[in-house]
Amino acid sequence: MNDHIVKAFSEELASLGQKIATMGGLAERQLSDAVTSIERNDLVLAERTVKADVEIDTAEREIESLTILMIARRQPVASDLREIMVALKIANDLERIGDLAKNIARRAERIIENHPHRAISGFVRMSRAAMQQVNDVLVAYSSRDTEKALAVWKADEDIDELYNSLFRELLTYMMEDPRNIGSCTHLLFGAKNIERVGDHATNIAENVYYLVEGEPLFDDRVRLDNTESSSAEIAN
Amino acid sequence: MTINEISTEDAPAVGDVIMRTRNASVFYGEKQALFDINLDINACSVTSLIGPSGCGKSTFLRCLNRMNDTIENARVTGSYLLRGSDIYSPKLDVVELRARVGMVFQKPNPFPKSIFENVAYGPRIHGIGGNKDELEKIVVNSLTKAGLLDEVKDRMHEPGTSLSGGQQQRLCIARAIAVNPEVILMDEPCSALDPIATARIEELIDELRENYTIIIVTHSMQQAARVSHRTAFFHLGILVEEGETDHIFTNPNDTRTQDYITGRFG
Repeated sequence: MNDHIVKAFSEELASLGQKIATMGGLAERQLSDAVTSIERNDLVLAERTVKADVEIDTAEREIESLTILMIARRQPVASDLREIMVALKIANDLERIGDLAKNIARRAERIIENHPHRAISGFVRMSRAAMQQVNDVLVAYSSRDTEKALAVWKADEDIDELYNSLFRELLTYMMEDPRNIGSCTHLLFGAKNIERVGDHATNIAENVYYLVEGEPLFDDRVRLDNTESSSAEIAN
Repeated sequence: MTINEISTEDAPAVGDVIMRTRNASVFYGEKQALFDINLDINACSVTSLIGPSGCGKSTFLRCLNRMNDTIENARVTGSYLLRGSDIYSPKLDVVELRARVGMVFQKPNPFPKSIFENVAYGPRIHGIGGNKDELEKIVVNSLTKAGLLDEVKDRMHEPGTSLSGGQQQRLCIARAIAVNPEVILMDEPCSALDPIATARIEELIDELRENYTIIIVTHSMQQAARVSHRTAFFHLGILVEEGETDHIFTNPNDTRTQDYITGRFG
């Protein structure tokens, strides 16, 4: 797209995109660190991850104030308006991803205490899938690639399915040996957090689609997280 | 056919097409300034015409009440219909047409007469408002609709030019309303006004559209976005895109529209 006649506006838009990319990188790192801390029993890394969340919060505030200033100064319309609104929304999703990573890192100690090793691999597999989603959607944003955004949007089903099977797996471990209940419950919350990370990646994908196409992506995807209706009966 | 044969019996409903142009073109001497404009104007709504200087938007606006007739070597072709009747018919009384399709200009241009006379002039020459009482009623009514009455009711016989710029513009709008037009053309009506006076005119446009069809040429994109229901974007004498204002300002179809409204046009 052509540059603005007012150069400062183009610079602000470029800077906004840059800030989102940086914030996205931070969220990815946080997520990866939180999962790694559980995978490798690394409590130091877990603690560092909890503390580093403040960086993401700061990044979000910077993006917020830049977007507010841009709206006040430039009265953006059409693609510029979408650019700014979408950046604000993506920043919010990334901040939530950061919070979820922090929450996982907080649980690390309880999970590591007494976890059934078998369960961790399912959690890690699901986490890797979610991290791939986050990475893909950030690439889709920076390259304005709707195809890629749509692929992320569709792939959220896979994460939901991984979550459903992990949920059942954890239930069986808890029934096998009640001593597993504490750590498995924390792991289950962790997995639920990862499932939500996937949802935020999906939100971002929808926003990338809207940014490029100017039309919202109609959400008719079937809800696949069916754990709300599951019970311990599956073990019978 | 005279303008009087154009039906005025039924008030047009919102959404009806009140004016329609087909292949509207204007030539200034050899130079073509406007190319085959096809545009429908909805009744009781606000349509804004936007585009860079020299894009033909004011030329087009002036076609709609034959103001181009007064420009030497301007030649107008195509069809221009007001409620289905040709406004360029040779039998048509242009003065009557301009009462039906009134105009407000960029710079407020009150007559060098009293405030009262500025508004009473039109009805008088068009033979509306026979006696003094009726005329006074029309003047008061028009000034009320233009949101000016309270400010001028104690100084009706002072010159129109003694008012502030914003008041003068509202006086010009009252003058246009006084002859009971169907369509009001506004050519950058706020470009000489400060933001408060501009806001007053915009508020007025919003009130007037209940009874009148308004077509406004504006250089302020924000103004077009604020006041109009539909927006037409002109560029180099061509109508590039016309559509709902909400759509044009969030997701225009044409990249030229996009570039212009976002300030990317050279």
